[in-house]
Amino acid sequence: MKKIFYLISALAVSALLLPVSCSKSVSDRTANLPPLNQDHLDLDAGAWKPVLLNAPTDIVVASPAATSSPDYIAQINEIKTWQAKITAEQEASIKYWGAGAVLRWNEILRDLVAKHNLPPYQNPDGTYPAPNANNPLAYPQFPFANPPYAARAYAYVSAALYDALVTAWYYKKQYNRPAPYKVDSSLKVFVSRSELPSYPSEDAVVIGTVAEMLKLLFPGDQDFIQQKVEEHRLARIISGANVRSDMEAGEALGKAVAQKFVARARTDKAGAAGGNPTLWAQYETDAKAKGEIPWYSLEVPRRPPMLPLFGKVKPFLFDSATEVALRPGPPPSTSSEEMKTQTQEIYDLVKNPTRERIEIVHFWADGVNTSTPAGHWDAIAAEDFIKQNYSEVRWARNMALLNMALMDAVIVCWDTKFTYFNPRPSQLNPKIKTLTGLPNFPSYISGHSTFSGAAATILGHIIPARATDYTAMAQEASLSRMYGGIHYRADCQVGLDVGRNIGQKAIDRAVSDGAE
Amino acid sequence: MKIFREKMYRAGLVAILFSIQCLQAQTDMDAILMNKTQFCNGPIYAHSSWDHYWEGTLKRNNENLGTVSTQSLMYMANYGITGKLNVMAATSYVWTKASAGVLHGLHGVQDISVLVKWKGLTQNFGKNKISLFLMGGFSTPLTNYVIDYLPLSIGLGSSNATARGMIDYQRGRITVTASAAYIARSNVKLDRPSYFDTELHLTNKVRMPNATQYQLRGGYRGKYLIAEALVTNWTTLGGFDITRNNMPFPSNRMNATSVGAMVKYTLKQHTNLALVAGGDYTVAGRNVGRSTTLHGGIFYAFYFNKKNRPNSPSSF
Repeated sequence: MKKIFYLISALAVSALLLPVSCSKSVSDRTANLPPLNQDHLDLDAGAWKPVLLNAPTDIVVASPAATSSPDYIAQINEIKTWQAKITAEQEASIKYWGAGAVLRWNEILRDLVAKHNLPPYQNPDGTYPAPNANNPLAYPQFPFANPPYAARAYAYVSAALYDALVTAWYYKKQYNRPAPYKVDSSLKVFVSRSELPSYPSEDAVVIGTVAEMLKLLFPGDQDFIQQKVEEHRLARIISGANVRSDMEAGEALGKAVAQKFVARARTDKAGAAGGNPTLWAQYETDAKAKGEIPWYSLEVPRRPPMLPLFGKVKPFLFDSATEVALRPGPPPSTSSEEMKTQTQEIYDLVKNPTRERIEIVHFWADGVNTSTPAGHWDAIAAEDFIKQNYSEVRWARNMALLNMALMDAVIVCWDTKFTYFNPRPSQLNPKIKTLTGLPNFPSYISGHSTFSGAAATILGHIIPARATDYTAMAQEASLSRMYGGIHYRADCQVGLDVGRNIGQKAIDRAVSDGAE
Repeated sequence: MKIFREKMYRAGLVAILFSIQCLQAQTDMDAILMNKTQFCNGPIYAHSSWDHYWEGTLKRNNENLGTVSTQSLMYMANYGITGKLNVMAATSYVWTKASAGVLHGLHGVQDISVLVKWKGLTQNFGKNKISLFLMGGFSTPLTNYVIDYLPLSIGLGSSNATARGMIDYQRGRITVTASAAYIARSNVKLDRPSYFDTELHLTNKVRMPNATQYQLRGGYRGKYLIAEALVTNWTTLGGFDITRNNMPFPSNRMNATSVGAMVKYTLKQHTNLALVAGGDYTVAGRNVGRSTTLHGGIFYAFYFNKKNRPNSPSSF
């Protein structure tokens, strides 16, 4: 009896201690990265072809004060003062930002997208409210960062960063101001030492560019964004990597480049992509006139289709004539035997889903409250880029190529979806139940397949050693939509093909931008 | 979100609600123990459903889910190591379904739970009797079931360690029992490589907040009939609220208070056999479904004679 008493006591005590003794901390895959160590400085990146600027000289950066000037020496002393009282928190902040400015701001952007990727709740009368950019904090908050909105946000931020850093590299080479720790060897250095000229600061260029772009894209999150800006700024100075004038020149440069991209964004037709009730009805009428069953929303109450005019948004990698050429031919007719067969195939797939298939569906779902498929591909790319020891300008270039391809893939995909207005499998056969949320727009072609085809193609060009893996990932992402019960085989196969064609456009740019 | 509730039962309250009904009504929340070498086992079927749920603190319905229902078939067994020390185990098969919308229901084997229950002290004060109990339990998933698909997942996927203290007051056939438990929950892993709770996490691991559970129950405890009313509260110590029009997530702050009743009847002619039934209703909650649950089961007991079974197992 005594023995049993001890046994039970031990059991009870260990149950009580479990939360204390077992570490439950969870950390991100990119939480503990070493400082960015640029293998190659890309000192000639100032000659790379920008996306929107004509040339780096579109932006004027004044020549810096001499490193022997009292002004500069005062700035060195500022660093020393900070370093003398450095806190553990500041060291952690330096380590975090030191992993790479383009990387960290891409992660922050993914965070903002995920936060805002929530479909608005309906009005009492069964209509749905639209977010208002001029009143971003009122419900529904602006933006609803759905996949098209998100892909465009990633593309604009990445392309602006690329142009801004190309400009920065141009002036770095021209002014050739050494890093503070080269000027004063008594400074401590908390980042990787580098021969890269420090004026203007590449980190500050990133800060200035992204902060300005996010005023447009995430106007309701300025407190959060400004807090990150201040952390990053301070981390860079305390680390000994830049003096204040490196930072100020960089931020001004970034802001000036971003303003050009903001001007483009204001006229790229994304603002009108939501359409109106007349247009929504027109799609239905047109499909019926062609003898097809039109798509309709399976949500209750019926939700207007997601950004039906996103196909009209101005792409980055090609013109509108090319866009039309990239649009695939129609899906099998809704009344055809082929469509019946393909619908039956999806029913058979989802009737008794295996655990492995559900895992694939959920791995790639990237639905509500996530950073979207574009963000998922950014994460895949970023985690591979980390191992490549790129310079910040090459990081930006590769992210820009990827994200311009992704945005343009959304444009072509959306154009296709609203050209054919094809119903989802669950509409043609209500017995088809889905294993992830059913996207609220037409079926043909699969967005995941198009984006993934594009992303895998450009990434395979950037890191050829991983090309086979990227292709396999894209195929799995594509297949996941059939396993999930939300796409037919035709949607996925054609989507992948169209995506690869768009990826090729990004490769065409990559081989001619001067970086290879 | 029925799931939350379901989950509380199946993983959090594992073997708690459903084991209420075992032959001698042993559970980790009641004050009844089986006699030495008695072995009791049987199935319990439960049906639970809701059409409203709490999105954070906002009560709402969802026309894209309709009524979410969960059925479960639990097998449980209880063995009396001594009259004061019982060990019990249970496992369930669970089915989920939404009556509206397009989402696919899921089904599968859920968790296994093992619980040890010990009556540490009994004191008589005239006609009044007070007993003190200690329990320790552990549950863990038996399969790699989907957890990140609420409200239609069949469970939350964490391994739980439960420590419970209980006090039982008895006067004649009338009893009142109060218990308090702390549930330590392990982290869980999602199928996807990142997720957003209140910020973006670039990992598939989710930190699950721990929880407490309190129960007050009372009623009639006869030789053949037991009938009790109960109030139960589950409180998650942390976690976050479902954001507006979002789907629920395993580490939400799921709280629920329910009221219910249960009866157990042991057949006079065949005391090996007992029937159990009960139900409860969630009256207040947060990030859970406002569920109504009904259950019923049948149990069969073996009265092992220790003399004939010198090597009778000390546990099973």
